[in-house]
Amino acid sequence: MSAVWVVLGAAVGAPLRYLLDQAVQARHRSLFPWGTFTVNVVGCAVLGLLAGLALTGHTAGWVPELVGTGFCGALSTYSTFGYETRALAANEARTLAVLNAAGSVLAGFGAAATGLLLGLALAQL
Amino acid sequence: MPAPEESVQPEHDTAGRVAGEAVDPDIDTLDQAVEGADAPIARSPRPQLDTVAVIAAGGALGALARYGAGQLWPTPSGGFPWTTFGINVVGCALIGVLMVVITDVVHAHRLVRPLLGVGVLGGFTTFSTYAVEALDLARAARPGLALAYLLGTLLAAVAAVTAAASLTGMIHGLARRVDTRRRRGRAGECEHGRSLR
Repeated sequence: MSAVWVVLGAAVGAPLRYLLDQAVQARHRSLFPWGTFTVNVVGCAVLGLLAGLALTGHTAGWVPELVGTGFCGALSTYSTFGYETRALAANEARTLAVLNAAGSVLAGFGAAATGLLLGLALAQL
Repeated sequence: MPAPEESVQPEHDTAGRVAGEAVDPDIDTLDQAVEGADAPIARSPRPQLDTVAVIAAGGALGALARYGAGQLWPTPSGGFPWTTFGINVVGCALIGVLMVVITDVVHAHRLVRPLLGVGVLGGFTTFSTYAVEALDLARAARPGLALAYLLGTLLAAVAAVTAAASLTGMIHGLARRVDTRRRRGRAGECEHGRSLR
């Protein structure tokens, strides 16, 4: 049954990543891959929030599979992030490649931590 | 009144090119090269339904594979998350192969990249689990391991894309050279046969 929740979550998360990426990429003209950056940070924040709620026992059994493994897992991506970082470096945009790598990791980790704190705070209400 | 930029003569560098042109991010080849597999396939204002549908199907398949790997090789609490590490590095290697194959090797159907690149590989790899696992390690009082995980995945993933793309390009180049030589050889045989007649 858990696998069904994963499939359902991912079937929403993956196309949402594509649509969000398109929307963000259409709104800037720089080489920096803001679209992938955005979906990854959002995915990290939501999964962090879920982790915070789970720590305090505020999630039902199927929520981690549907929202965590399925939705957040498919909304965020490492393959495109890795590919875009390498493409920037290969196109003499080394500074942007380093900024994308460091920025995505720091922002993703920060978003996950913030989400976790928010989840813990919500659970205390 | 004309915009101030229009009245300014474009500056020319020593090579005689317009300075602004060289750094224009809209140069097609550069733009396409830098776009990732998740980047807009065609910058159409309305996304096509079949594209979104194959991304959903591919994403579900990729996520299912990731879930299965997690069930097979669960990460012990406080341990290095080898499963997600492996998933992300393998996914990066595969996108390196895919992008070279669909841009240089074959003329791919327009839904191949959405299905395999955006869908399957995008759904298989994950940034959110990576970040939360690092957070879990930090909470388990293993900050060194958390940092090693964050940095190790990053370096291994970029190295995997680079190595896989280079290797695929090399194999493709080699295969093409062999093919050209064989074709030339065959053409020579034909010439030879004709002259004998």
